[in-house]
Amino acid sequence: MATVETADTAVAEESGVRRRDFINIAAVSFAGAGAVATVFPLVNQMNPSADVLALASVDVDISAIERGQAIKILWRKQPVFVRNLTDKEIGEANAVNISTLRDPQTLAERTKVGKENWLITLGVCTHLGCVPLGAAEGENKGEFGGYFCPCHGSSYDTAARIRKGPAPRNLDVPDYEFLSDTVVKIG
Amino acid sequence: MSFPWANQYAPTTEFGRWMDEKLPVPRLVYNSLGAGYPTPRNLNYMWNFGSLAGIFLVVQIVTGIILAMHYAANANIAFDSVEHIMRDVNSGWMIRYAHANGASFFFIAIYLHIGRGLFYGSYKAPREMIWLLGVVIYLLAMATAFMGYVLPWGQMSFWGAKVITGLFEAIPLVGKPIQELLLGGFAPDNAALNRFFSLHYLLPFVIAGVIILHIWALHIPGSNNPTGVDVKGPQDTVPFHPYYTAKDGWTLGVALIFFTMVMFFLPNALGHADNYIPANPLSTPAHIVPEWYFWPWYAILRAFTVDFLFIPAKLLGVLAMFSAILVWFFLPWLDRSPVRSGMFRPKFKIFFGILVIDVLVLGYCGGAPAEEPFVMISQFAGAYYFAHFLIILPLLSRLEKPEPLPNSITESVTGQPLKTAS
Repeated sequence: MATVETADTAVAEESGVRRRDFINIAAVSFAGAGAVATVFPLVNQMNPSADVLALASVDVDISAIERGQAIKILWRKQPVFVRNLTDKEIGEANAVNISTLRDPQTLAERTKVGKENWLITLGVCTHLGCVPLGAAEGENKGEFGGYFCPCHGSSYDTAARIRKGPAPRNLDVPDYEFLSDTVVKIG
Repeated sequence: MSFPWANQYAPTTEFGRWMDEKLPVPRLVYNSLGAGYPTPRNLNYMWNFGSLAGIFLVVQIVTGIILAMHYAANANIAFDSVEHIMRDVNSGWMIRYAHANGASFFFIAIYLHIGRGLFYGSYKAPREMIWLLGVVIYLLAMATAFMGYVLPWGQMSFWGAKVITGLFEAIPLVGKPIQELLLGGFAPDNAALNRFFSLHYLLPFVIAGVIILHIWALHIPGSNNPTGVDVKGPQDTVPFHPYYTAKDGWTLGVALIFFTMVMFFLPNALGHADNYIPANPLSTPAHIVPEWYFWPWYAILRAFTVDFLFIPAKLLGVLAMFSAILVWFFLPWLDRSPVRSGMFRPKFKIFFGILVIDVLVLGYCGGAPAEEPFVMISQFAGAYYFAHFLIILPLLSRLEKPEPLPNSITESVTGQPLKTAS
């Protein structure tokens, strides 16, 4: 419409910027900031809720686990393997030249000082998230005596390090601490 | 819009031209909300509530989809899942309060929008279809709001579901089977909750579809205006954008200030404390009322206390309640006055004012306990409500002498006669 611009045209020709330009930019910026502030909680609601975060750590009694045994426990809805290594398994893990490994780490780096027989890892294959076999009695431990993932054939050794197959990393070690000789707090 | 002086969409970029040939969405936006939609230049603030209602529908759909991510439609855990939203989900309390109060704001906007249409004769030819579609939207919105209120599975949810489905029981012969069909049982339980959730999710999208038809129908004759006089030339109109986008944006800002005030400081003011008690089929709350936006109709329902001839009072109340809204479908043919705007109808203006007060009185009675004097007041107010539509409006159309109309919108605004384009 012809009436749209007439009032401001004269001013615009002198300075190049009209009062209306400022009002436009200010109003749209204000609305934009408001929109961002609104969208944040609408997206953030998808993050883990308080009840999920409240289950983020568990205490595990490990007193019943004999040397050579392992248990599976549930932490953050994911399996965790707690394994009491035999001296033979520790020896096998330490005998490996770590420069030959895909994800070089020593057994000592993956356990706590003085508790090298306690191997605590996530039971989640670092390839695509299946649960590897080898924690329960009689399961296939793979050709390196640790864990074997049946989905795509990743083999882990007795320090749960990746030795063969498509997985990129060793089984992840969660944050944990020994509350006593028989209780471990995971998470 | 078919006005010959409407701005024509002309893509300015190569991509714009390419897109316009393949999928002319920018052209659609331009013609419906942009500078290609010429709108009467004299629209007052009462014309802002349609877009506002649309925006609150979007608020409801967005917050509703989010709530559905955390809510569990199962009678055993529904109540707890709502508490989970309130206590555990990040900002869940805010999103739920936005949804619960957003419904009220949607209805505030829709009632002002309906009132605007009633006063300015927006339902009259050639806009009957817009009005009829609007009534359909309102009915769908009421069904959606009712089913949404059942989902938290508190005491008011449960007894609201029981009472409202009980309305259908009033139908002779088939009433009881229909109620059982609606509930999937003999009283509200898991089956009812699940279907209410499913339909509560579906209906807003049906509403959005009918809104598209509503706007489509609007864009054929174009908007009505406070004088009710037809647009006669380009000087009578301004482009929708930027004029009314900016004006609607301003109203939206004001509405959002009130919305956030209620959401953050009075989030339960419009609700009922009883709904924070889990549903209990063995105990009815002492004072059971629907949400405020149903109160006028609820008052009409309760106004029938004695059987009439062979018709039981229960059925009469139900019929009257539904008729109170269904009568709107006949409004374009009940009010035969050729003058659209109430501004130029001295007697209609008075009766319109009385109708507004009447509906407010009905609303007050609907929210009050079912005892005297409210029942008697509801009876009189309900009778007047129907008299307005069925007796007063048809008579006014014949008897009233309207004031002279301005020759054009431009003349009513500027006092200068419209110069016809050469």
